[in-house]
Amino acid sequence: MKPQGMRRDLLWALIALLLIGLLPVLVKSPIVIDFVIRLAAFGIFATSLNLLVGYGGMVSFGHAMFFGGGAYAFALALQKLSWSIPAAMLVAIVFSALLAFVVGAICVRLKEIYFSFLSLAFQMLLHSIIITWTSLTGGDQGLMGGIPRPPILGLNLADPQHLYAFAATLAVLCLLLMRYVLQSPYGFTLRMVRDNPERARFLGINVWRVKLYAFMLAGVFASLGGVVMALFVSGAFPDFAYWSMSGEAVFMIMMGGIHVFLGPLLGAGLLLMFNDVITRTTEYHGLALGVVVLLFALGFRKGVLDFVLQQWQRRSASSS
Amino acid sequence: MDINALFECLASASCVVTQASTGLIVGALLFLVAAGLTLIFGVLKVINFAHGSFYMLGAYVALTAYRTTESYLIATLAAGLGVAFFAVVFERFFMRKVYGTDVLMQLLVCYAFILILDDAVKIIWGAEFQSLGMPEAFQRPPLMIGGGIIPVFYLYLMLAAALIAALLWFVLTKTRLGKVVRAAAHNPTMTSLLGINTSLVYAAVFALGGLLAGLAGGLAAPVRSMSPGMGFSILIESFIVTVIGGMGSVSGALLGALLIGMLRSFGSIGFPLFVEGIMFLGMGLVLILKPSGLLGKEPR
Repeated sequence: MKPQGMRRDLLWALIALLLIGLLPVLVKSPIVIDFVIRLAAFGIFATSLNLLVGYGGMVSFGHAMFFGGGAYAFALALQKLSWSIPAAMLVAIVFSALLAFVVGAICVRLKEIYFSFLSLAFQMLLHSIIITWTSLTGGDQGLMGGIPRPPILGLNLADPQHLYAFAATLAVLCLLLMRYVLQSPYGFTLRMVRDNPERARFLGINVWRVKLYAFMLAGVFASLGGVVMALFVSGAFPDFAYWSMSGEAVFMIMMGGIHVFLGPLLGAGLLLMFNDVITRTTEYHGLALGVVVLLFALGFRKGVLDFVLQQWQRRSASSS
Repeated sequence: MDINALFECLASASCVVTQASTGLIVGALLFLVAAGLTLIFGVLKVINFAHGSFYMLGAYVALTAYRTTESYLIATLAAGLGVAFFAVVFERFFMRKVYGTDVLMQLLVCYAFILILDDAVKIIWGAEFQSLGMPEAFQRPPLMIGGGIIPVFYLYLMLAAALIAALLWFVLTKTRLGKVVRAAAHNPTMTSLLGINTSLVYAAVFALGGLLAGLAGGLAAPVRSMSPGMGFSILIESFIVTVIGGMGSVSGALLGALLIGMLRSFGSIGFPLFVEGIMFLGMGLVLILKPSGLLGKEPR
């Protein structure tokens, strides 16, 4: 069995890459470039969380442990070991895969809210270690002094234009890979485990292993989001692994929708945009954002794309 | 990190007494907040992520009430009742709409309220740190026990918390309201079939949770500096308390709160930066070894 609709997804990815190439030619604004870089980081991060929440039915409150962990592993490999960017990215991937293996092996057995709280506990433990291990991480000041960004494939990542191209392409690749996994037989097994673990077990599926793989995949992709963020701010900060960062990702996927693949990306864009606009226009940032969120939660009662999907399905059901 | 300092403290009676009294008041406040959180979860199976903001609101209401009436007792009661009223409004008009949806929707509504309330406090009371100051009745020389110093207000706070805990125990176990609440927690469908208005029970439970958090805020006001956002840290800690004690268990919340209180006060001497880490480690261990918590019932 082949992954479904892969040709169509590849086409979408090519269109996205084309748009990414065109954008700097059409818009010369550094604000837009910055926005896309942040969107790339958070788009990868939020979509990876949705592997767990939307497709795996595992509501993680601690997903930022991989975002932060990946950022630190990457930045430390560059700063302390002076490795090349691809090697440092590999360090981030391996580190987060191992971390996700250990944490996931313990966590994914637990049900619902207990899973959520245990993942939160592990994340805050990592945050505490980052804060306490000052000699390695710089403590609550974060990894100071900037990180070296050796050129990669002729790209100088200290230049925002180059970083833009790198981050956006990486985001498209990561999203395409995640889509591939979700449309593969494994992806459908994961959905079945989410919907009916009993039945899956009955069919001889090792539920624990399926969930653990999802946890590891999500962790690895989240760490790549952290890599982009570390490149963007030229460092790593304890806040990356704080619970509020996980909260933000949860927020993003809820806003964009968890049942449509691109929902989290849209949510990330919406939240970043709201944040930017609101911060610029009012000092009562929380009040404005809170009202917006409340309207979403009580008005739509689901993410934007989930809402659209539902309306569309309802319409096609009534017309047929 | 200075583990030796901790051992030195444990060796001296005065240090132990001082730290233990601090631990007790931290634990007492934490218990009042966590008890409401655990009750709401026990009955409604909803996690009120806005509970820390209730506590914050209590502290600020107490501040204003104290400044207008100059009576600390009235200020504390006003905090409790005011927040209880707010909790009912919050439940009736907002939380009720997301019962039965997934936990993420509830999280979202609560998070919106955390943001809104923090800014509302900023608008009404200002963004800077505020303090209620020590009420006149408690401006006495502190007690000396075994060489340790215990402010008079600490004793009052402990007694007040103990009294509230006793009342809570009485209401939950001996009154009709308590029986209804426990029945609704056990089996809401059956309870409503027996002719009990469970919707009203839900509002009552939120009112009770709000009352407890408001009282905690009022009691904390003289000894804690207030700022918008003060609800966050107590929220996280009361989560840990609730999980360690067992979600839904009030006696578990008491045990958990005292444990965390002592850890906070003694840990700040030996390993100030890693206190939070230890708390989460404890929570993680409980979840791994006994997910239902130290005093929680095994899920059916």
